[in-house]
Amino acid sequence: MILDLERFTAASQSHWDELESWLDRLEDDPQRGFADVAAAQKFYYLYQRAASDLARLATFSSEPELRRRLETLVGRAYAELHSAREAGDSRWQPLAWALHTFPRTFRRHSRAFLLTVAVTLLGCLFGGYALERDREAKEIILPFGHLLGDPSERVAKEEQQSGKEMSGRQTRFSAELMSNNIRVSINAMAFGLTWGIGTLVVLFYNGVILGAVCWDYLRAGEGVFLAGWLLPHGSFEIPAILIAGQAGLVLARAIIGWGQRVSFGRRLRAIAPDLATLIGGVAVMLVWAGIVEAFLSQYHAPVLPYSIKIAFGVIELIVLIAWLGWAGASTDAAGDSAPARHLAA
Amino acid sequence: MIATTSSSSASARTHSLVIRLPEGVDFALPLAGPMSRFLARSIDFMAELSLVWLFRTVLGVIVPLAPDVGMAVIVLAYFLVPVLYGIACEWGLRGQTLGKRVLKLRVMDAGGLRLRFSQIVLRNLLRVVDSLPAAYLLGGAACLMSRRCQRLGDLAAGTIVVRLPRLEAVELARLGLDFKFNSLREKPVLAARLRQAIDPADANIALLALLRRDQLDAGPRVEIFAALAAHFRSLVSLPEELTLDLSDEAFVRNVVDIVFQAREQQAREKRVEASERQRFERPSA
Repeated sequence: MILDLERFTAASQSHWDELESWLDRLEDDPQRGFADVAAAQKFYYLYQRAASDLARLATFSSEPELRRRLETLVGRAYAELHSAREAGDSRWQPLAWALHTFPRTFRRHSRAFLLTVAVTLLGCLFGGYALERDREAKEIILPFGHLLGDPSERVAKEEQQSGKEMSGRQTRFSAELMSNNIRVSINAMAFGLTWGIGTLVVLFYNGVILGAVCWDYLRAGEGVFLAGWLLPHGSFEIPAILIAGQAGLVLARAIIGWGQRVSFGRRLRAIAPDLATLIGGVAVMLVWAGIVEAFLSQYHAPVLPYSIKIAFGVIELIVLIAWLGWAGASTDAAGDSAPARHLAA
Repeated sequence: MIATTSSSSASARTHSLVIRLPEGVDFALPLAGPMSRFLARSIDFMAELSLVWLFRTVLGVIVPLAPDVGMAVIVLAYFLVPVLYGIACEWGLRGQTLGKRVLKLRVMDAGGLRLRFSQIVLRNLLRVVDSLPAAYLLGGAACLMSRRCQRLGDLAAGTIVVRLPRLEAVELARLGLDFKFNSLREKPVLAARLRQAIDPADANIALLALLRRDQLDAGPRVEIFAALAAHFRSLVSLPEELTLDLSDEAFVRNVVDIVFQAREQQAREKRVEASERQRFERPSA
């Protein structure tokens, strides 16, 4: 019990002020750290002293603000001392993030990605099969009006218009595509909360649409048009949605906790940075895909020969595979945090 | 160590998260309930609508000049404002949005650690599931059932939302400055002149002298208070009966009481707000 609160406050005030200034500096510049061991020891001493003062003040119910101030100081110092930081932690660097963090995170959860590919392919097969069995199912399966007609008629019309209908509204169209695709991707990830069921449904449904469209055009003998139309933007757009699904499955796995002995909270804490990284990468990919779709994919032969469009799409695909498959590979082992490695295993 | 406690009374039920430090010290964080969170979200929703309207109005000027680009920016604004509003606010305002600030709520790490950027991103993106099927019914139900009043996004991101209750005013009595028999208080006009005449720096010196009086030896203490009293007496001409039989130290106490009484009243809200702002850590990447 504190007999003389005034004296207690006066005696400790300078220590609290010093701790507060330390905290201000550390919070303003999280990468600052401590200059040497002595500085860290001093900080720890101030923290322990403030905690001790808080414990002594616990009997003083008439001192809410002083108690609140000490709780604030102790809480902030506790967070500084106990929050784990990755080795080599530094300010966010877009290039390093794109060339190391994102591809490494993608590879760390490659099994989830393979599952998304499998589910989407299953959907594709189902979509193609359903369309083959029942042509009238096209109106139910395909939500886009411009895909409901005869593929050959559409190809002829598109080639005749040569992208004129897009003239003057490509940027808006691009923005609409980006918004819609990113929304779908966020849903694919967020539905991981439903133990992954929602994510699998989204992926399967996307696969059904993709399979139905592909089969519709292939069956009509418009394979070249299809490749020239889909490859330039689809080589980034489809993998992006698959990666969003991958994030959803990573979330689902952490929620379910198969084969993991760590607690629910720790599992989720460990994967949170990975989910943010994956969805960030998806957004970047979809911005690119939206630009390509509006400014390239909608132009067809004779304005833009299919060979060029297909070649462009293939090159994009190779670059994407190289990026996700090998970028940052040299730092794979060193760059992954222990919890993330454990949970991805 | 983290524990969730609840206390019940006839009128109210309060939940709080108790953080027990390794040093053996406990402190409790009152958790925000579903209703206050829903109200905060409603304010945020209005703020998002206002932002979109603002974008649309401002870009309305540009659209006739560059229709394609203007419409593209409007389309992006419609999508991005609701997505980025929560992330940007909670990152920039240390776990608060406009609605949370109005309702005195704050997002923080469920373990009392630094709030990470990835946690903010995650809890905001997962809002799409919490808002299902409509009006945040799923998130509200999760909030009601969760021990820590967490919606699904909070559960996944490892965050909680705490209340920041308004604190009572600081009692000057804590500093030994609350005098029932301060003769200066009986003369409000003189008190006002004193407040006007005394420099804030001088007032702070007097306050510090009072706070540290026990650390001063008797001789220097008398000298310091004599100097301060002489200085204050020189600023305002006071009737003799007001200061009669008052020691220099008692006079300085009375003056500080008068000065800080008004200042405290004005600064109270600001200080409480500042204290609350610094209550938790700055979110880190």
